[in-house]
Amino acid sequence: MKNKIPLSSLPIGAKGEVELIMVNGLLRRRLLDLGVVPESVIEVIRVSPAGDPTAYLIKGSLIGLRKIEANQIFVKQL
Amino acid sequence: MKIEKASPTDIVLALAGNPNTGKSTIFNALTGLKQHTGNWPGKTVTNAQGHFIHRGKPFLLVDLPGTYSILANSPDEQVARDFICFGKPEATIVVTDATNLERNLNLALQIMEITSDVVVAVNLLDEAERKGISVDLSKLSAELGVPVIGTIAREQKGLTELKDIVDDIVMKKLQLKPYQIRYSAGIEERINQLSLKLEKILRGKINARWVALRLLDGDETIIESIEKYLLPSSIDLRGEIASW
Ligand SMILES: Nc1nc2c(ncn2[C@@H]2O[C@H](COP(=O)(O)OP(=O)(O)OP(=O)(O)O)[C@@H](O)[C@H]2O)c(=O)[nH]1
Ligand SMILES: [Mg+2]
Repeated sequence: MKNKIPLSSLPIGAKGEVELIMVNGLLRRRLLDLGVVPESVIEVIRVSPAGDPTAYLIKGSLIGLRKIEANQIFVKQL
Repeated sequence: MKIEKASPTDIVLALAGNPNTGKSTIFNALTGLKQHTGNWPGKTVTNAQGHFIHRGKPFLLVDLPGTYSILANSPDEQVARDFICFGKPEATIVVTDATNLERNLNLALQIMEITSDVVVAVNLLDEAERKGISVDLSKLSAELGVPVIGTIAREQKGLTELKDIVDDIVMKKLQLKPYQIRYSAGIEERINQLSLKLEKILRGKINARWVALRLLDGDETIIESIEKYLLPSSIDLRGEIASW
């Protein structure tokens, strides 16, 4: 439990392993479809000039997630 | 969703897959047309359609937008889903990226929940080889219960075999038994209850189990699409469902 942090708090260049997806409904479905599943590894690539969304590398594709989305994904920093 | 058949005997095929997996490259190779291709996702936004002849039969191929899902969270997903569900393709080709099968198969499994007339093309096999990935195509086919063809679309490799298999599917020469995800006992029970009621209204026009799953998912868009494409306006599906 102690090293579980929101994906949104990882710095650029860091990688995290997904532990928990604290969201339901359509957004959960979308995240699962994108490959955000427990144990998958996500890398923070860059933040858009406006500060939101952030681009993440998820299973080989660059995918933009908004902060409110990334706040609800809990990872273990690698 | 307008289907431009050149003749009423055209056999309609859908080309689905994750973004950037080579769908349009396959589409162009088969039809001789020039759909936009390139190395970034989201190029194909509407349903491009083209014709080809194989084994003496006319086929109409529809290039769908790339999606990670057909559970309709976005307009692209809804276009792809509506075509697969309501465009009545006689076979659906799911184009997958050999270097990224895990996520690509998510979409393949979703499509296999709707229709059994599916062939999986494992494309970009050259890229996979470069990355040291080898794909056991026959084992994948045995596990999925549908034909799996390896392709390198950019070099036109595997495409004749793909057309052969598509024709075999359309001609019902193959025994397809697509892998079906089983849910927990409680959910399966709800699916069965709903399917029985839905079947009385849908009458085989669409897979009732799949519609039941969408309703349990809380997907409202499927009701609208069914009313729009499948049912006479005298039937109020939403009202029916609300009364259950
Ligand atoms: N190396 C290699 N590249 C390929 C192959 N098939 C397609 N490509 C390339 O992959 C890129 C994407 O191909 P497209 O056909 O545009 O992909 P798409 O699935 O239609 O993409 P969207 O419409 O954006 O979803 C292009 O640069 C193609 O040239 C292949 O088998 N091997
Ligand atoms: Mg395309």
